[in-house]
Amino acid sequence: MTYVIIGNGVASIGAIEGIRRYDAKGKIVVLAQEDTPAYGRPLISYFLAGKIGPERLPLRGDDYYVKNGVELKLGTTATAVDTAKKTVTTDKGDSIKYDRLLICTGGVPFVPPITGVKGPDIYSFTTLAHAKTLIELSSKIKRAVVIGGGLIGLKAAESLHDRGVSVTIVELAPRILSGGFDEKAGKLAGNRLKKVGIDVNCGVTAKEIQRGKDEHVKGVLLTDGRFLECDVVVVAIGVVPNSALAKEAGIKVERGIFVDEKLATSAKDVYAAGDVAQAIDMLSGEHRVVPIWPNAYNQGFASGRNMAGAKQPYQGGLPMNSISFYGLPTISVGTVNPPEGDKNFEIHAQLDEEKETYRKLVFRDGRLVGYVLVGDIDKGGMYTAFIKFAMPLAGEDKDKLINAGPEVFLWPPELFNETWNPEPAADAR
Amino acid sequence: MLFQPINRNYHDFSIVRDKDLCINCKVCVRQCSYEAHYWDEARQRVMADSSKCVGCHRCEALCPTSAILIQKKHSDFRENALWRPQFLKYIYKQADSGGVLLTGMGSPVNIPIYWDRLLLDASQVTNPSIDPLREPMELKTFLGAKPQKLEFTKGKDGNPKLKTKLAPQLELNYPLMFSAMSFGSINFNLHIAMARAATELGICYNTGEGGLHKSLYKYGKNTIVQVASGRFGVHRDFLNAGAAIEIKIGQGAKPGIGGHLPGEKINAMVSQTRMVPLGSDAISPAPHHDIYSIEDLGQLIFALKEASEYRVPVSVKIAAVHNVAAIASGIARAGADIVAIDGVRGGTGAAPGMIRDNVGIPIELALAAVDQRLRDEGIRNRVSIVAAGGIRCSADLVKAIALGADACYIATSVLIAVGCTLCAKCYTGKCPWGIATNDARLAKRQNPEVAAQKMINLVHAWGHEVEEMLGGMGLNSIESLRGNRDKLRAVGLSETEMEILGVKHAGR
Amino acid sequence: MKRVYPNKDVCIGCHICELACITAHSQSKDLILAYTQERGQTGLSSCKHVHEEGPVCVALSCRHCDEPSCVAACISGALQKDPETGRTVYNREKCVGCWSCLMACPYGAISRHPLEQKIVKCDLCYDRQGGPACVAACPNKALKQEER
Repeated sequence: MTYVIIGNGVASIGAIEGIRRYDAKGKIVVLAQEDTPAYGRPLISYFLAGKIGPERLPLRGDDYYVKNGVELKLGTTATAVDTAKKTVTTDKGDSIKYDRLLICTGGVPFVPPITGVKGPDIYSFTTLAHAKTLIELSSKIKRAVVIGGGLIGLKAAESLHDRGVSVTIVELAPRILSGGFDEKAGKLAGNRLKKVGIDVNCGVTAKEIQRGKDEHVKGVLLTDGRFLECDVVVVAIGVVPNSALAKEAGIKVERGIFVDEKLATSAKDVYAAGDVAQAIDMLSGEHRVVPIWPNAYNQGFASGRNMAGAKQPYQGGLPMNSISFYGLPTISVGTVNPPEGDKNFEIHAQLDEEKETYRKLVFRDGRLVGYVLVGDIDKGGMYTAFIKFAMPLAGEDKDKLINAGPEVFLWPPELFNETWNPEPAADAR
Repeated sequence: MLFQPINRNYHDFSIVRDKDLCINCKVCVRQCSYEAHYWDEARQRVMADSSKCVGCHRCEALCPTSAILIQKKHSDFRENALWRPQFLKYIYKQADSGGVLLTGMGSPVNIPIYWDRLLLDASQVTNPSIDPLREPMELKTFLGAKPQKLEFTKGKDGNPKLKTKLAPQLELNYPLMFSAMSFGSINFNLHIAMARAATELGICYNTGEGGLHKSLYKYGKNTIVQVASGRFGVHRDFLNAGAAIEIKIGQGAKPGIGGHLPGEKINAMVSQTRMVPLGSDAISPAPHHDIYSIEDLGQLIFALKEASEYRVPVSVKIAAVHNVAAIASGIARAGADIVAIDGVRGGTGAAPGMIRDNVGIPIELALAAVDQRLRDEGIRNRVSIVAAGGIRCSADLVKAIALGADACYIATSVLIAVGCTLCAKCYTGKCPWGIATNDARLAKRQNPEVAAQKMINLVHAWGHEVEEMLGGMGLNSIESLRGNRDKLRAVGLSETEMEILGVKHAGR
Repeated sequence: MKRVYPNKDVCIGCHICELACITAHSQSKDLILAYTQERGQTGLSSCKHVHEEGPVCVALSCRHCDEPSCVAACISGALQKDPETGRTVYNREKCVGCWSCLMACPYGAISRHPLEQKIVKCDLCYDRQGGPACVAACPNKALKQEER
């Protein structure tokens, strides 16, 4: 059995671990576009900020690939997939035969069609290479503009600021963090950034990136007419699934590569996982692209074990983000911005601006479906349990969750016992 | 401190905390159900109020740094042989409360303990002792009426066949049983533990008067079901659930007194088992209202035998009182298979202190008197005698057998095995060891698994010691010791005492 | 693998498991020093937490799940599954304190280190003779380590 994995992000790591749980021997080939073993992509903001050195970037130990019997082809891009012949062609001219193929090519940064966006000094801050370049530049440059007030944008802004660069964020939406967080959480995070001196501008975006005669960026002209002088621009508007390869191979692609509950694509023995995949979502039951880290690993793992023949369905992804802004921790899980006016949802929120704490709970049909925590995040996972295990919460129990926070005694007794103190199995060794 | 009753400081124990060792981890605070330890918010450390300490030693046992010492309070009243401090404290308490002084466990007062005045024999030269590690040693005991004589016929295969019909017997691997402690007075965890331990050991435990929870029916072969004056939890299934039925007439700790389980202790499970309303007091009358004579008792014995189709022996338990020998004789004649006698030092979950410490007679004397009376009347074979009330160790057990007991009941020893320190506050329902309490928070301190193992260990240990003592006397079965008073000698006892006990003085 | 199973029916809420945990994970291996000094100085804290509600209590810590959510969520590779022992292993050096694991673990088994951008999580006392300290210290056998 030969497994070929295109992509070397966290989904790929998940897949290796999923395969190896059930198949100790099969050959695994990983095609890595970048020149390094899999690294923690979100770590590049820590790296850029100078909080960690390059030695801490790799996700797994030095001997990981060898130990797991993985042939890692660095700097290798897959150029074509032939699902009939079951081969993958690489930019090196190789043709690799597979029994099972996993496409986990991730996402590519979305670059909006702004005048001047093409050329030097524009970074997407999604690869280690960009981070390394920015570190080199940081001592020379004075000002940066970050387009996009999402997670990547804010972390890029924070890291550049830590390097002594004066940073301005522009966000088209009326608030930052409009994706995973709600208005109040966004405001607390924004305040924290403003406090340290990062300029946050909402409801406005770049109209044109102006360049000098040397082609280098001079500044950004905003939609409100202001002009921000800067040396570099970080475009962090989001990522889109990197699904071209699959599309060309005739595999069904909607927003991402469409996969079933086993993470299998429309083509036989071809699977997809991670930011490129459009997989089932736990809460909505719909197929969605949810480009977040834990989903990528979980999908990789589930695809791995299914490729190895274990036949265990993927449980579905749950959107979740944990991120800190200058020491202010925030967590957001599940549905946190239900459609306005939708009576099916019930929201309980508490904000303490002085203490910089915020908690928002979102219920639907007697179940917790989402929450946001800012500042005091210690019970985060305990809230996640109620969403993940879809625990019914009625009357007094719901009040307890709202007033006293999550507690394991609110779990249904059977689930509690099964989880914590199961009956010893008859065949326990 | 200020604002306190004038005699508040006359308490029995002092809590001494070693400041070098105490880390203020609050384990003691959480363990003390009497709130003697508390967290002082102002001082940010654990403090103690010794006046609340009952001397149960739970904190001392669980303190992870051994920082706590519970000791007797040093302050002494002026010496007075008559007005001993205990009496002063009784009076102070009653002058405050106007009530009966309640207490728990067996009497601590200095009534002569004859076990300590009796010594066992051993073989030297003229008769060989037996090594129980090398040779078989029989502790198996059968309780129940034994026939006057045995008759045999020739069976079809030509071999002799027993013709005599034997009365039902209770078979025990050790000559001891766990005495009656009702579900309610002690909690369910300990009932599970006793049931499991008795089953594993091949002995019996007694349900006490609180009925038997359905979930424990599976241990029936090792269960004695008790019928007392309150008739709590008595029904046909219950009577047929055990290996024997016991009618409780009296209890050594409180002869002539009924029982009272306060409504607060009647939780759902107790209520269901006892068949009494939730939260209502369960009162056991002092007498059985249908028993005013030996003849009445006989009616109940046979009613129970009928109900259980004569499959199991019926025991009658009485407190050791002045006329115990005559009463026991009557019980035997009324048709009981077993008579259980509970001495003055027997334990209780709650009894008035005056009754416990002043009513009844020691088990040693009662046992000897009963055994002798039944022999004299030629009816000793019609009942087995079970002695109870203050059997502290295997030597007490051996001495009791030599005095004429077929087996002993133990209860206080069983509770000590699972942690009881005899603080005697059982009646408060706040037992910090999780024994005499149904408070869910406290009761779980008795893990049935742990408790059962402790009980099993105790009986195994005693069993080994009994075998050693038997072997030393040159006996290879407990049967050979039964009523064999020649194996006992008295030290420092009067002629009368020796006459009642039926033993010679040491040296004779 | 042998995991630690808490039995709420006999957990007495004494918190001695927590004391054992901090002692086992202390520099001094001395309860008094660990509790009175190291806790304050180094932020030493217990991986085990006693949850209480009314009379019910139970001591919980990492379950070392077969498919741990924390490993999936870990962006730094600090949390990994050890295929040989089955333990969910935490590498403190790699951790960046992003709290993704804390968010993802539905069992509340991960807590923040009080002083550093690190987490605190049960390691099953893998290097301790006699197994997990909490199990050894429990006075009521409410914690058991066994194969189930």
